[in-house]
Amino acid sequence: MGTTNSTLSKIPNVEELMQETGFTPAHIVRLYDRFEALDKEKTGLLRPQDFGAINRLAMNPIGDRIIGAFFSPGQETVDFHSFVRILAHFRPADKKRPKDPSMPEPVNSRTSKLKFAFQLYDQDKDGKISRAELLQVLRSMLEMQVTEEQLESIADRTIQEADLDKDDAISFEEFRKSLEKVNIDHKMSIRFLR
Amino acid sequence: MSVRLALHSPSGSRSFLERGLLLLVMLIFLEGTVLTLGAASSPDIGAQDNTGGGHDHRGIAGSHDHTNYTYIKKAFPVLSLDYHHIQVPFEISLWVLLASLMKLGFHLIPRLSSIVPESCLLIVVGLLVGGLIKLAGEEVPPVLDSNLFFLCLLPPIILDAGYFLPIRPFMENIGTILMFAVVGTLWNAFFVGGLLYAVCQIEGTYLSQVELLPCLLFGSIISAVDPVAVLAVFEEIHINELLHILVFGESLLNDAVTVVLYHLFEEYSGAGEVTPMDVVLGVICFLIVSLGGIAVGAIYGILAAFTSRFTSHTRVIEPLFVFVYSYMAYLSAEMFHLSGIMALIACGAVMRPYVEANISHKSHTTVKYFLKMWSSVSETLIFIFLGVATVAGPHAWNWTFVSVTVILCLVSRVIGVVGLTFIINKFRIVKLTTKDQFIVAYGGLRGAIAFSLGYLLDKDLFPMRTMFLTAIITEIFFTVFVQGMTIKPLVDLLAVKKKQEAKRSINEEIHTQFLDHLLTGIEDICGHYGHHHWKDKLNRFNKKYIKKCLIAGERYKEPQLIAFYHKMEFKQAIELVESGGGVKLPSAVPSQVSMQNIQPKKLPPPVAERALPQFTKGREEEIRKILRSNLQKTRQRLRSYNRHTLVADPFEDGWNDFVLKKQRLIELEKKMTEMSNYLTVPGAIPDSPTMCRARLASDPNAFYNIKASSDGIPTIQVDLASPQSPDSVNMLNEFSKEGATGQGLGQREGADRDEDQGLMMKLAGKGEKGEEEGGSKNPGLMRCLSDPGPSNEDEEDEPFLP
Repeated sequence: MGTTNSTLSKIPNVEELMQETGFTPAHIVRLYDRFEALDKEKTGLLRPQDFGAINRLAMNPIGDRIIGAFFSPGQETVDFHSFVRILAHFRPADKKRPKDPSMPEPVNSRTSKLKFAFQLYDQDKDGKISRAELLQVLRSMLEMQVTEEQLESIADRTIQEADLDKDDAISFEEFRKSLEKVNIDHKMSIRFLR
Repeated sequence: MSVRLALHSPSGSRSFLERGLLLLVMLIFLEGTVLTLGAASSPDIGAQDNTGGGHDHRGIAGSHDHTNYTYIKKAFPVLSLDYHHIQVPFEISLWVLLASLMKLGFHLIPRLSSIVPESCLLIVVGLLVGGLIKLAGEEVPPVLDSNLFFLCLLPPIILDAGYFLPIRPFMENIGTILMFAVVGTLWNAFFVGGLLYAVCQIEGTYLSQVELLPCLLFGSIISAVDPVAVLAVFEEIHINELLHILVFGESLLNDAVTVVLYHLFEEYSGAGEVTPMDVVLGVICFLIVSLGGIAVGAIYGILAAFTSRFTSHTRVIEPLFVFVYSYMAYLSAEMFHLSGIMALIACGAVMRPYVEANISHKSHTTVKYFLKMWSSVSETLIFIFLGVATVAGPHAWNWTFVSVTVILCLVSRVIGVVGLTFIINKFRIVKLTTKDQFIVAYGGLRGAIAFSLGYLLDKDLFPMRTMFLTAIITEIFFTVFVQGMTIKPLVDLLAVKKKQEAKRSINEEIHTQFLDHLLTGIEDICGHYGHHHWKDKLNRFNKKYIKKCLIAGERYKEPQLIAFYHKMEFKQAIELVESGGGVKLPSAVPSQVSMQNIQPKKLPPPVAERALPQFTKGREEEIRKILRSNLQKTRQRLRSYNRHTLVADPFEDGWNDFVLKKQRLIELEKKMTEMSNYLTVPGAIPDSPTMCRARLASDPNAFYNIKASSDGIPTIQVDLASPQSPDSVNMLNEFSKEGATGQGLGQREGADRDEDQGLMMKLAGKGEKGEEEGGSKNPGLMRCLSDPGPSNEDEEDEPFLP
């Protein structure tokens, strides 16, 4: 793997990045290759259009949101570090991690993953999934197959089920609670990023 | 076969009758087969009769030159039986018919086919037929003749496999596959052969006359994983794509190794020793055999692609070129003792993208169906013949030899797989887990190739040939029956780690679906594993030069999309016609197959949970049902691979949903017309799929804007004065322009139009009643319009048609 080292040296602060995200050098190189492949104009930064060029992503009902998640609010571009940091959420969780309360929560822990998913729902970043936001998501997932009326009742039902403090919105804690039985690590990990 | 006649009909008695009738028919044919085969197995008499008959014929014609016969006038034969005239074709047809009827029969008995894999049943049938023939007192015909097998029965299966080989996963895992195929087979051969020799040398087994080289030869014959058996068994257990391609790829590529080892040991078994020089030559031979085979295949593939470029006027014979060129590739490779299997695979894989771009839609369907049909029949015949050949014998049963063989094969396979995986995992990003290793090891089935190779052995040179054959057959039976039958339950057992949840809350359903989409999206962003630069370069090269030569007309620019678009238009037209009678909801349960989870998760039927005050149970159920049936299927990245399902196009996955969405919209607006609350816009836009997708991506809500009106009835409001309308017309023009430039496209349109009686024309009129939203410009749409279509360098994901 002679190219690994040469590619690694091209990336600034790669040690820090690996420390922060937990990726191995092989993964970083792979992601860097992918980053460069997406970055058609070779500017070192990705724009929404670059993501939009991925065909299959265009077919994804929540493709837009996913792309949006890469860009910090107000920013038009994403650099390699941010790219990797976002993708680090999808690393499979390290099984044997001592529960050290003093250390910051690693990026790929269950909580962090859930937080990332929550932020995709919560577009206005107020910490709650409002009914309208939920409706939006449902609409994009169910598209044309369901009438608006049905969508609304589904949304109502969903909030009712999850909403414990009766504020007609789903907070992060409620979100987390409703998914306690689901194996998030399995659902939100990309195997080849292990 | 995935096509199952599920006879859960309410008219149970009638189905019984049908089944009974069919079984009766089959039995009659069975009898017929036995009788005719019995009659035919005495060829000498047949030949004599033939010549006698021939003489008679000519005699009646009036020739007086023949001596020793007198012209006896007999009554004009109104009806006569001349079996030997048609004997050979008749028998062949009878066997084929028997095989097909057996296949039919198995699927009429649903329980049976789910427990026992088809291959086992077919072998049993073969045993039965052979037994019947023997009982009838006749000699069992040597049906699994090596020539017949290698020249007639094997090629269709391999061509089918090669033509529909999923290139991307194959290429991504090529290193692993090669390791298993080459190193694994070598290891197996030497391990089994060597240890067998050691065992034979042990006193008391009466086997000491078996020398080293014949043992090694035997080892090399029996160590090869058989593609036919693997295909037959694996297709029924619905394993994920990765494992399937690993085992299957290995079974294909180990042919070269087997050929070389076989010839090497066969050559020198007479001499009795192998010098190091021979080993070196053997290695060189291996390289020549494999690379030569691939080269031969590739050449024929390119020839086929080139020929298909000119077939636009003679569409009817297009499929023929595919078959004939492939078969010639196989035969040419066999002529030089190169690896015919690899030639066939290379030919099919190379020619496919270009040929598919050139040939008409119907020819493409024909090729697909013929290949599947032939390979199916071939496979059935092979297994039946295996059964018959087993009965035919001759057998020389030796407990030690046979049992040691079986045990050693298992042991060596396990050790080989585990050891190789250990090494391979160091280089793979996606590691192979223990479960994967188990499946790979357990799935190493032996089959008819081993038998045929054993059959080919010279009787004089190898006095223990019969013993070998017996051992080979036992090994085949063991792997196919024991391993084949138990692999499915074992897979299920291993895969079930989590308990199936009895019920899921609505939240869970929605959120898990959301997470699925999220994960799919992220995976797409990350790109497929194994993304290499050289693959990119290969694609660029392909696009720039090769496609220009091999694909007719203007189609090379956007061949697959245009072809695909046409196909979808037809489908859509049919659906439109059918949708008049109500539209079925897509009832597919989102089946999620991840790489860790081999088993497709089946969602259990909905169960009502605690009733909340506002919602009645009925409403709850309705919501659940809606969610279950309508949450969009996540594109199954690693869906279970099944050879017999006609391979779906890559774009079809999301496209189906898209079409269904359109359908829904059409139904919706049918309701609207009754309310006359609605303005029609002359249709959108049969534009290219990419544009549609891009548009959808930009704003899923923009395309179909539904504003919930106050009375709860969704209406679609269209603003005719919307700035989009001229744009929509523009897009129509743009596409038709693009279409018009393509000569080939125009031709194909014309040809298809003729064939389909103007369906295309109708479609332009009916069109898509999609509406642009009123109001502000849709930025996504503008992006669409500026997008000149799928850019050629964009195909990082699908270089060739996978």
